[in-house]
Amino acid sequence: MRRINLWLVAAVLVVAVLPLILPLPRGLAEPFAGADAQAQAAITAAQPDYQPWFRPLWEPPSGEIESLLFALQAALGAGLLGYYLGLRRGESQRGKPDSDRARHSDRARHDAQAVDARD
Amino acid sequence: MHIMEGFLPPIHAAAWGLASLPFLVMGARSVARVTREHPRAKLLLASAGAFAFVLSALKIPSVTGSSSHPTGTGLGAILFGPSVMAVLGAIVLLFQALLLAHGGLTTLGANIFSMAIAGPWVAYGVYRLARALGAPLSLGVFLAAALADLATYLVTAAQLALAFPDPVSGFLGALTKFGSIFALTQVPLAVIEGLLTVLVVNLLIQYSRDDLDELAFAPGVVR
Repeated sequence: MRRINLWLVAAVLVVAVLPLILPLPRGLAEPFAGADAQAQAAITAAQPDYQPWFRPLWEPPSGEIESLLFALQAALGAGLLGYYLGLRRGESQRGKPDSDRARHSDRARHDAQAVDARD
Repeated sequence: MHIMEGFLPPIHAAAWGLASLPFLVMGARSVARVTREHPRAKLLLASAGAFAFVLSALKIPSVTGSSSHPTGTGLGAILFGPSVMAVLGAIVLLFQALLLAHGGLTTLGANIFSMAIAGPWVAYGVYRLARALGAPLSLGVFLAAALADLATYLVTAAQLALAFPDPVSGFLGALTKFGSIFALTQVPLAVIEGLLTVLVVNLLIQYSRDDLDELAFAPGVVR
């Protein structure tokens, strides 16, 4: 199972990195521009007189602040997901009698008894 | 798939908002029911939302020379049913509309419809169909997540084509134009989303079998 998961991660990396290695399609205004922005440009090109009738209430003042907020979004999501998986992994291992954890706690109990005996 | 603020004519914006509303109400009820009937699965529900939060923040390059992001809504749809994702997806879209100026308040209804409604329902339908046809769990999960991702972007293309039909070739011409911007770019990203969703389901089966049993998800599959 662990091996399958490693292969899945490897496949994701290949699919994500491949476009950066392959030659770019010709005639691009800007390499790897966002598809959302391209759609917006296509609207403006097809209907030059269309005026957006509402403006965002707040816009990130710079690209840096924008990437900060995107990173924050990813970190919040990954943090919660990681917390959940870690919690459940810990719980599932506590149940196993012969795990490392159980052995350590056995030794801890043994040490505690030894201390008690000395008293 | 974010239609930018103000980039849908008011009638369209209102219509998509109205279309999304019943799904949001249904979704809020589903969330309440899940937390009441399966209190143990609450944290998993939040994690499904977190998965959508991460994936929709990641702009990934595509072979078309542009970049876009996955949606992450397939996971929650196959675990909890599609309704809950209307609410979880709406939270993601609201965060991005208010803090990132990605999407917008006037286009929120349309964006909810594509990402938080159409995608999850496609995921759910594809997953159920694949499993009914005897597909292995991983294949069903992969197809569900990947096709939900693609469906979201196709719906966005259709929404824009309806609002901005080509003066010569009409709706279909515009659909081809917006479809080529969104759908082609999205193919490798849909593959990525499918693979990552299979990865998370594998981890859930490994470490969180109890929560999956609580939801009667993939009964009997153990690692």
